Amino acid sequence: MHGFANPNRFLSLARPLTLIFLVSGLALISCGLVWGFFFAPADRLMGETVRILYIHVPAAWLGMAGWTSIAIASVVELVWKHPLAGVAARASAVPGVFFTAICLATGSIWAKPTWGTWWVWDGRLTSMFVLLLLYLGYLALAKEAQSQAAAGRTGAARIASIFGIVGVINIPIINRSVEWWNSLHQPASITAGKSSIDGVFLWPLSLAVIGFTLLFAAIILMRMRQLLADIRTEAKLRRRAAV
Amino acid sequence: MMKAKHQRLILIMGAVIILVAASLLAIYALRNQASYFYTPSELTEKNVEVDRAIRLGGMVQLDSIKTANDGITVNFLVGDGEAIVPVSYRGITPDLFVEGSGVVAEGRLNADGVFVADNLLAKHDENYMPRELDGIDKTAIENSTSKSSMRGGQ
Repeated sequence: MHGFANPNRFLSLARPLTLIFLVSGLALISCGLVWGFFFAPADRLMGETVRILYIHVPAAWLGMAGWTSIAIASVVELVWKHPLAGVAARASAVPGVFFTAICLATGSIWAKPTWGTWWVWDGRLTSMFVLLLLYLGYLALAKEAQSQAAAGRTGAARIASIFGIVGVINIPIINRSVEWWNSLHQPASITAGKSSIDGVFLWPLSLAVIGFTLLFAAIILMRMRQLLADIRTEAKLRRRAAV
Repeated sequence: MMKAKHQRLILIMGAVIILVAASLLAIYALRNQASYFYTPSELTEKNVEVDRAIRLGGMVQLDSIKTANDGITVNFLVGDGEAIVPVSYRGITPDLFVEGSGVVAEGRLNADGVFVADNLLAKHDENYMPRELDGIDKTAIENSTSKSSMRGGQ
C-alpha cells in the first residue's frame, strides 16, 4: 500500500503515464467524435441532435466517476493516512466539476429540441445538479486543505475527506433516479450485458467514453503533480521565511 | 489491542452504513413526491382530485391523435399498458410528439375525466436507432403496448 507513498517514486511513474494516457485518450476521442459527428447516422426520432450523446454520456460518466474517486481516495486518506491519497482526492475535483458542468450544459441543449424545454426538476436532472453543487463545496474545502498542507496541518483535509465520503451517497441516487421515480429523462440504455442503443451509435460512443476516461486520468495525474509541486514550493518558501 | 487504522476503518464503515440507511429512509419517504409525473394507472388508482395541477406521463396511443375543428386543439389518448386517459391540448405540439412515443402533459383533470393540458413535453425513450433500420413502425407498436419505457414509480 505504501509502495508509492514516496512522492519521488510516484512522480517518476506519473510522468510517463501522463503522456501515455493523454496521447491515447486524445487519439480515441478524435476517432470517436469524428465517427460520431460525421459518419454515424441520425436517430430515427431525434435526428441530428442525437450526436450530442457522444459528449453528454462520457461527461456524465466522468462527473460521477470523479466523485467516486474522491470518495475512495478520501477513505484511504482517513484510514491509512496515505500521503498521496488526499492529493489524489483533491486532484479529481476540478476535472470532475468540469465534466459535470458539460453534462448539464449538453443535456440542456439536447432537451430543448427533444423534450421542448431547457430544464425540468425531475429526479435525474435534480440529482445531477446536486452533484455540481457538491463539487463546488468540495472545491472550496480542497483549496483550504491544500494551503494547510504546506504548513503541515491536516484539519481542512480531514473535513474535505469526510465531505467527499458523505457526498458519494448521491452517486447511486443519480444512477437509480430514473428507476425509482417517474422522470422525463429516459431510463438507462446500457444495462449489464445489453444495450438499447443501436450498434451504429454504440461503437463511436464506446471510443469516446474510453478516450475521455483516459484524458480524465491524465488530467488527474497532471493535477496531482501540480498540487505536490505547490506544497513543496510553499513549504520551501515558509522555511526560508522562518530563517 | 486493535490497531489505530482498524479503529478508523470500523468507524468510517459504521458511519457509511448509517448514512446509507438514512438516505434509504429519505428516498423511501420521497418515493411518490419525487416522481415527475403520474402514469395513467396511478391517476385512475389514486383518484386525483379534479382541477389540481399535475403532470401525466405515458405513451401516446396509436391512431389516437385527432385534431379538433378549430385546427389547434389536439385530442389524444395516453396509456401505460394498463390504463388510458384522454388528453386535450390547445397549442403547438413538440417535434417528437408522435403516436407510439412518450409524452408528459402538464395540466388538470376536468370533471369529465379528460386531462386538459397547458403544456406538452416529449419524452424520449431509451432506444436509439438509425432511420435506415426502418424499425419505426415496429418499435412504435411495441412502445404503445408495453410499459418498458415508462418504468419506475411502482
